[in-house]
Amino acid sequence: MEVFLVTLLNGLVYGMLLFMLASGLTLIFSMMGVLNFAHASAYMLGAYFAYTVSLYAGFWVGLIVAPIICGLIGAAIERYGLRKVHQNGHIAELLFTFGLALIIEKVVQMTWGLIPVPYRIPAVLDHPLFSIFGTQFHTYRAFMLLISALMFGAIWLALTRTRVGLVIQAALVHPEMVSALGHNVPRMFTLVFASGTALAGLAGVIGGNYQTTDPAMAFTMGPIVFVVVVFGGLGSLLGCFIASLFMGLIQTFAVVLDYSLADLLKQFGVIVTSATPFAELLTIPIPRIGALLPYALLVLILLFRPRGLMGTRDT
Amino acid sequence: MSVSIRAAAAAFVASVGIGFSGHAAAQATIKIAYTDPLSGPFAQVGDANLKQMNYIIDFINSKGGALGKKFELVPFDNKSQPADALLALKSATDQNMPFIMQCSGSNIAAALIEGVEKHNERNPESRIIYLNCGAVATELTNEKCSFWHYRFDLNVAQKAEVMARALPKDITKVYLLNQDYLFGQSVQRDVKAYLAKVRPDVQVVGDELIPLGKIKDFSPYITKIKASGAKALLTGNWGPDMNLLIKSGLEAGADLRYYTFYAHLAGGATAIGPAGDGKVFSVMAFSENQAVDIKNAAAEAWTKEFRDKHKFDFYAAGFRTIFELLQTAVNKAGAVDATKIAFALEGLTAKDFLGYDVSMRKDDHQIMTAYLVGGFQKAGVKYDSEGTGLGWKSSATILAKDVEQATICKMKRPPVK
Repeated sequence: MEVFLVTLLNGLVYGMLLFMLASGLTLIFSMMGVLNFAHASAYMLGAYFAYTVSLYAGFWVGLIVAPIICGLIGAAIERYGLRKVHQNGHIAELLFTFGLALIIEKVVQMTWGLIPVPYRIPAVLDHPLFSIFGTQFHTYRAFMLLISALMFGAIWLALTRTRVGLVIQAALVHPEMVSALGHNVPRMFTLVFASGTALAGLAGVIGGNYQTTDPAMAFTMGPIVFVVVVFGGLGSLLGCFIASLFMGLIQTFAVVLDYSLADLLKQFGVIVTSATPFAELLTIPIPRIGALLPYALLVLILLFRPRGLMGTRDT
Repeated sequence: MSVSIRAAAAAFVASVGIGFSGHAAAQATIKIAYTDPLSGPFAQVGDANLKQMNYIIDFINSKGGALGKKFELVPFDNKSQPADALLALKSATDQNMPFIMQCSGSNIAAALIEGVEKHNERNPESRIIYLNCGAVATELTNEKCSFWHYRFDLNVAQKAEVMARALPKDITKVYLLNQDYLFGQSVQRDVKAYLAKVRPDVQVVGDELIPLGKIKDFSPYITKIKASGAKALLTGNWGPDMNLLIKSGLEAGADLRYYTFYAHLAGGATAIGPAGDGKVFSVMAFSENQAVDIKNAAAEAWTKEFRDKHKFDFYAAGFRTIFELLQTAVNKAGAVDATKIAFALEGLTAKDFLGYDVSMRKDDHQIMTAYLVGGFQKAGVKYDSEGTGLGWKSSATILAKDVEQATICKMKRPPVK
């Protein structure tokens, strides 16, 4: 029970962090059809900007400033890069963002060095909030949950209650129609790309000191975010939210479930010994493959439900 | 098309030119090809190694080099790829360099051992010695041992023994967590084996393998480790897998001590931070505070000079031993001839610059050297690590004679001319 509760909380925190990253990407992906490889790079930039700003003005200023810088960079990338490449089709865009991700990583390495930077949790939040069954729950984790919940609410309101939001929503499902109705779709692209990048930057600000801020952070976070976006489904913020929490939870729960296929077979009276065919495979405990489960799910969902959990059109 | 052919031709001519001039220059200096990742995700390791090696080489050269010649390091980026390391080997042998050095990655080391063996067999006139400065898979000096391969760092089994011996008496329950690949699995196996041998009172309450570099949140593991009642977490993890693991544990307030193989490497101290005070330990060859503790002023001044110049910690005392042994061996061989130097290196003994005994075992070309387990702490630390205010202080020193494990190497030596 106690392990269950603690694990549930851990899974929630991780899932919400994933959501912050994935929500921006899902907007960009659904609207522009670009699988933005540089998205996780914005996450990394957010962390580094926040670190640099926090050296001079403290964490809280960084929390505001870093996402804004990321958003501006995103806008510039869309306006002066992607929009030109767009004419050459999606493959060109994909390659463009891929190249961009590599360049950003190199620039980060050259600017801030190769080793992690000491980006720390602010002292106000750096203490245990409460403790359940002897495991401390850190205030910063609660803060992360709060920020991501606020963000979810804000995006939700912006999309459903504002005029721009409604147009964006329309463009998510019927981009050609929206453009035919005379809306300035390219400008909206810039807006969506910039906000998506800013959201990733925000995730970086609060994820960078929770984990570590190093040049490899984009590369390690990138793949799982793609999984979330595809799993959640195109054009659905709710799908993305559910997928993020789901991925967070299965990864954390996989760790504590010390079972293997052999244990399952035992329930049916089949005892696995070293002589059994595939015994190596059958006796692998779940924790050992836990981190790979999301990718297995990605393959399955692409096979059986290509539009994702709550998607409105096929990937 | 024609342009690219012309460019390729020009590049070829240029490389041939470099090859010749390199050959001529080899007369003036003793060249050591150094190959490690100098770009990509692991570049920080290669970069830090390179700076420390150059510092050491300058020092050795100021002490006269060997046979009146200076040593010179020629870096080759191998991007952590065995194929690129073999290209570096090819360039090195083309330029008739007597040494190739490599530190990171036992898979690369295995490829190099094979490449060097083949080359030396086919080209007896331009043989090359492989100086292994940190690829630690135990097999490399056992099943795969080679006359041309010299390892200057303790292997995994020896480091595991160091860790087991250094474990404080009050710890009786430990949890093992390692990365699921060759290195992590051998740490898991060896640590268990040596715990059973030197600390039979210790109980392994958990033993886990994690997928390499895939975990972004270690808190569920910490929950599990706490539930197991372990008092120490023993891990061979490196990079993000180690940093995030320790961060999670410290944040959850787990009553644990962390025994690692790699927490002292570049980036570790920064990632762990002040929260790790007195809780994180690492199996290491050297710490700058060691010289202070044993009151060796000369050694202290020497490492301080590096720190003043480069603004990062000096951890590569082992590299100094390499070059000092090389210096002795080349002088003893009397010629810059790989075969003669290789024989001269065998069984060489010396004192390292802190005054501990070092020897290059003849049977398997595995160095025997003192090792320590350093604790990451604030109190009593003169030199901090990465500007964190905390540094590595020796909590146990294990002497070379305590890590002399048996080898199954059957060394094939070339005929002596």
